[in-house]
Amino acid sequence: MTQEWQIVWFTAWVSALSTLLILPAGLAVAWWLARYDAPGKSLVETIVTLPLVMPPVATGLILLRILGRHGVIGGFFYKHFNFDIAFTWRAVLAALAVMSFPLLVRSTRVAFEQVNPRFEQIARTLGAGEARVFFSITVPLAVRGIIGGMLLAFARALGEFGATIMVAGNIPGRTATLSLSTYEAVQLGQDDAAYRMLGISVALAFAAVWTSEWFMRRKAK
Amino acid sequence: MKLLLKSISLPLADFALEVDVQLQEQVTAIFGASGAGKTSLLDLIAGLRQPASAYIQLEKRVLTDTARQRAMPPREREIGYVPQDLALFPHLSVRQNLLYGQRRAGRDGSVFSFEHVAGVLEIQSLAGRRVTELSGGEKQRVALGRALLTSPRLLLLDEPLASLDEGLKARIIPYLLRVRDEFQVPMLYVSHDRAEVQTLCDEILEMERGRIIRRVPRADWLAQGNGVKA
Repeated sequence: MTQEWQIVWFTAWVSALSTLLILPAGLAVAWWLARYDAPGKSLVETIVTLPLVMPPVATGLILLRILGRHGVIGGFFYKHFNFDIAFTWRAVLAALAVMSFPLLVRSTRVAFEQVNPRFEQIARTLGAGEARVFFSITVPLAVRGIIGGMLLAFARALGEFGATIMVAGNIPGRTATLSLSTYEAVQLGQDDAAYRMLGISVALAFAAVWTSEWFMRRKAK
Repeated sequence: MKLLLKSISLPLADFALEVDVQLQEQVTAIFGASGAGKTSLLDLIAGLRQPASAYIQLEKRVLTDTARQRAMPPREREIGYVPQDLALFPHLSVRQNLLYGQRRAGRDGSVFSFEHVAGVLEIQSLAGRRVTELSGGEKQRVALGRALLTSPRLLLLDEPLASLDEGLKARIIPYLLRVRDEFQVPMLYVSHDRAEVQTLCDEILEMERGRIIRRVPRADWLAQGNGVKA
């Protein structure tokens, strides 16, 4: 039981951390997509959505190529800071971040689109620069949608499997998440453990999605 | 006040806004039917829209000069704008709305100090409330106060009374007159209501399909039979 709770704890905090990690970039991309109509917008939209529609193992394989010891990013960190990314908790973090990014962007983009641009324009006439307009007007008015999007991203991260197993493996005590451990328990015929973890997964996902829906519904008030 | 609007051109859905005029009166009405391009003209002056061509100068400051690819950002124009929908920030209190754009120059002792503006508009008692709790007339006064607290060089008022019933309009107009007389800020007042124009403005520009078709001083406007008994 202790080991299972360790897995739950690891999955929860790494999911939460990945959600916080993608938040700045997610807000920036969502805001840009919501407010600007520039050349290349369709390309950005497509790239952002790709992890949502590609097979997760394919995304995981790409991440493995990039984050492995001979990859562009993994190689850089190994050479200059002497640590690995692939098959460590950092790879779990990267996989969860990449896989949940599209959900965060899609939800927060809708939230930004629902903010009346007139508020932002009038704030500018009142002397506010772009950063102040964003943080004092746009974000507060979209905050419920942003929190809803964060919860959806968190829920997506909790259940991530395909990309994680490719880039991080399923190493007990190091990279084993709830999904990976559930799969392993089924493979080993440990049905009791599998169903306990299934129950926890369902409860966590239900709570996250339900709270997200609650926030999304209230945002129009 | 000297506001120069030269070679203004902005394509709109059904016609182009084309204006060439110099304004000098303290309160100038831009009068015309809905969809004549009045709000678009205010947006151009405030720097909220990009014209195809324009030279806009307020006193000695060039705000927009497309020929030289110059466009002062809205935050630097020192123009107070009260839009038709007021755009009071719903997540902020009345006080926070009022102080959002207050300039240092307007603090303490200035004619644009919080105490003075709030006193003239009689909104001191509203400061602690949320804007969603205000009546239509209170919202109008708070939006006006918020714009005044920026110590503006020019005030743009876009149909400020359009959403109010006749009784409420009659109660708000004295506040507009007090603002006009107390702060001496030049105003561009967009309206399609003859009575408002007659009461508040020194000069009237009549707009139709993006063009100024008539320009008359208030006295002539009344003499031409446009006056409405208030």
